[in-house]
Amino acid sequence: MSDTGHHPSREQLQELVDACVHCGFCLPTCPTYDLWGQEMDSPRGRIHLMKQWLEGAPLTDASVTHLDRCLGCMACVTSCPSGVRYDQLITATRAEVETTYPRTRRERALRGLIFGLFPHPRRLRALRAPLRLAQWTRLDRLAGRTLRRIAPGLGAMATLAPRPGRRERLPARVDARGTRRAVVGMLTGCVQREFFPQVNAATARVLAAEGCDVVIPPDQGCCGALSLHSGRRDEAVRFAERTAAVFTRAGVDAVVVNAAGCGSAMKEYADLGVDAPPVRDLSEWLTELGPVATRHPVPATVAYHDACHLSHAQGIRSAPRQLLSAIPELEVREIADPEICCGSAGVYNLLQPQAARDLGDRKAAHVAATGASMLVSANPGCAMQIAAALGRAGHPLPVAHVAEVLDRSVTG
Amino acid sequence: MRAPPSAVTLKGMDLSRLAQRFVEIVGADGVVTDPAELRTYECDGLTAHAATPGVVVLPTTAAQVAEIVRTCVAHGVPYVARGSGTGLSGGALPRTDGVLIVTSKMRRILEVDIDNRRAVVEPGVVNLAVTRAAAADGYYYAPDPSSQQVCSIGGNVAENAGGAHCLKYGFTVNHVLGLQVVTPDGEIVTLDSHAPGYDLLGAFVGSEGTLGIATQVTVRLLRAPEAVQTMLAGFESVDAAGACVSAIIAAGVVPAAVEMMDALAIEAAEAAVACDYPPGAGAVLIVEVDGPSAEVADELAEVRRLAQQTGAFAVRVAADAAERAAIWKGRKSAFAAVGRISPAYLVQDGVVPRTALPQVLGDIAALSRESGIRVANVFHAGDGNLHPLVLYDHAVDGEAERAERVSAEIMARCLAHGGSITGEHGVGVDKSAYMAQMFTDADLDTMQLLRCAFDPRGLCNPGKVFPTPRLCGEAPGPRTGVHPLVASGQAELF
Repeated sequence: MSDTGHHPSREQLQELVDACVHCGFCLPTCPTYDLWGQEMDSPRGRIHLMKQWLEGAPLTDASVTHLDRCLGCMACVTSCPSGVRYDQLITATRAEVETTYPRTRRERALRGLIFGLFPHPRRLRALRAPLRLAQWTRLDRLAGRTLRRIAPGLGAMATLAPRPGRRERLPARVDARGTRRAVVGMLTGCVQREFFPQVNAATARVLAAEGCDVVIPPDQGCCGALSLHSGRRDEAVRFAERTAAVFTRAGVDAVVVNAAGCGSAMKEYADLGVDAPPVRDLSEWLTELGPVATRHPVPATVAYHDACHLSHAQGIRSAPRQLLSAIPELEVREIADPEICCGSAGVYNLLQPQAARDLGDRKAAHVAATGASMLVSANPGCAMQIAAALGRAGHPLPVAHVAEVLDRSVTG
Repeated sequence: MRAPPSAVTLKGMDLSRLAQRFVEIVGADGVVTDPAELRTYECDGLTAHAATPGVVVLPTTAAQVAEIVRTCVAHGVPYVARGSGTGLSGGALPRTDGVLIVTSKMRRILEVDIDNRRAVVEPGVVNLAVTRAAAADGYYYAPDPSSQQVCSIGGNVAENAGGAHCLKYGFTVNHVLGLQVVTPDGEIVTLDSHAPGYDLLGAFVGSEGTLGIATQVTVRLLRAPEAVQTMLAGFESVDAAGACVSAIIAAGVVPAAVEMMDALAIEAAEAAVACDYPPGAGAVLIVEVDGPSAEVADELAEVRRLAQQTGAFAVRVAADAAERAAIWKGRKSAFAAVGRISPAYLVQDGVVPRTALPQVLGDIAALSRESGIRVANVFHAGDGNLHPLVLYDHAVDGEAERAERVSAEIMARCLAHGGSITGEHGVGVDKSAYMAQMFTDADLDTMQLLRCAFDPRGLCNPGKVFPTPRLCGEAPGPRTGVHPLVASGQAELF
């Protein structure tokens, strides 16, 4: 296997760009067009910038700014009647930007810090204790304010960080309850594993209750999603190869993923030239499998938030709603403008803090308007982002993963 | 690759100095001067025409629009207004030596007045957003161009946009009750549909941005019909479907919409949105009837009977709103969906008398056969408004030119049958050359007089609608001096 995976050629990129007929149907679903209303911050405009680059124009500060501002939410891919593969275009263009465009020292430092930290669960773990102390002493707020002034990206990092849940050490294997129906691997993720360990525990319990042997390889690392979606392709391929190897060795029917961004990246492994067992999002897997475990009532009204990497990138919208609606006494409410991103978008909220904050505030207002008593999503990034925005708006809500709600219903 | 636009010097006035003035008016984040950014505005929904604007300004208020226009007038610089950039006739094609005024940041819904059945919106508001704002009260905004989820109300006003439901409900002009307009002098005025005297509002709607810039639009809201039924019928051929349309109209039924797509258009829509139209159909008809429940039930039964009588081999009626949306999705995405089966296309907008439909469609098929250029047909069959999509590959030598010729010939056939070169997309730059085939010199001169009454300097969206080089021996470009008709004593300005 090559160490760079499959790079689209310039001819292939040109073909992808030519598929755009400039109809503009993508504009209203683009979060940044929604924010600023200007062409170059829309998918159609960004494709035009890519076209200029393919025609020989150099990448300028201005064009890179607009490409950087794309959240990679893929809402435009859903809305495009011409079938333009903007997802492939932005990934390839970002890789080009990262290799040929000289970034400022400050930007390089921030990116270096982010990519030196998030894809590495052990380094994230090292942060847990100081973070808890800072949050307990309220020092984080001061740090957030100061940092926002001198380095907005780092400031966002400080204020977005969740209160780390109690660490639950997961065994390497959880046996199915009752008759075994499948053997699945479980991706524990980086952020999910260190900051939302209770979500992984709930996922394993639900899978076991539905008759799955759950294999949780302790030596798994980052799946490569953050790197892939930020144009760090070679790094992404290295992570992908390692993750694929771990789960292939485990001999599982499928790898079940509870973080939308990770699942979406793992479904792109084939494009990177990496072979791996089939990948399923948790809700997708559970709907395919069909329920056997008894559902106990969970009397609550929840608002369900579509994570972009679940709805747009993986096309999964009805499965989580079906699973939630099947829980007795649970009411699911829809959030207005569900196709618009919350602004989290992987590490976007660290790289473009102001845009992310504005989008988060809009999303929080729509969530608050549902009158629900809890927000449910299927991605750790969205959960942190919307929880922070709801807090800012003075409307704090508990945030849960689909797995946690199911766990509560199944466990009774 | 074309040469990047440089700082054009205009009558001693550097565009960058003009841009500086615009920064004072709207702020730095509303002025675009970077060459790469400017190029993203080089065309609208019709890519066949492109021109990089000299500078782009994105105002947020009517006062800012007026100040921008006054600045342009003071410096003799042409300007063009643009909304969402979805036009299909190049009506918002920028000027390389001019200013593009983009209304996409003016998108507030100022008032939804259900008691008086009207809404007041800014020009950048998206068409469908008006309906969304009124839906909770059971009201909606009727004109529904296929791009309704993205096109702006300001652009709809400029082009007098239509849509599938215009058959029963009329065009934009029938749904605009009032306008706030920045005139080509930079004055803010109000036009009211109920004001006595000349119908200036009627003149403004559909003037394609040549009489001023709408900065506030008061639209009519309609009560959502009590019942809606949507029928999808598959026919062996376009002829059979055409016969069905004639039978429906002859029976005295006025459906809300009657839309037809031929086999090639169906293929594209299937590829794009998997709309699940009857397999093997040479043509499908979408017939929608709406109104009071009892009437709708009767009309639907009648339409269904007529469809079967005229040879429909598959008839399906949408059971609910989701199924209705699925039927419409194929039709509404058809233009862009053609991107799935062809690298490029030209879209025509000819109108013919309904009775001439079969003959004109036959002509189009023959033209396609002779030239080897594929033509997909999507159209508002009820009012004879054709949208032939002429498919070509710009990478194949000479194919674009052949497509252009087929396209022009289709337009000529429409005129030969007593029709029009445009039903709802407007003339813009794309069809301006054909205006002389439809109108006499006297007609065009009279239109010029109206235009000059609003815009004596000829700076407001020049080069659109009228054939270039212009009539009366005028040179193209912003007009200076006296209009030839005035100079010859045939007319006077007031």
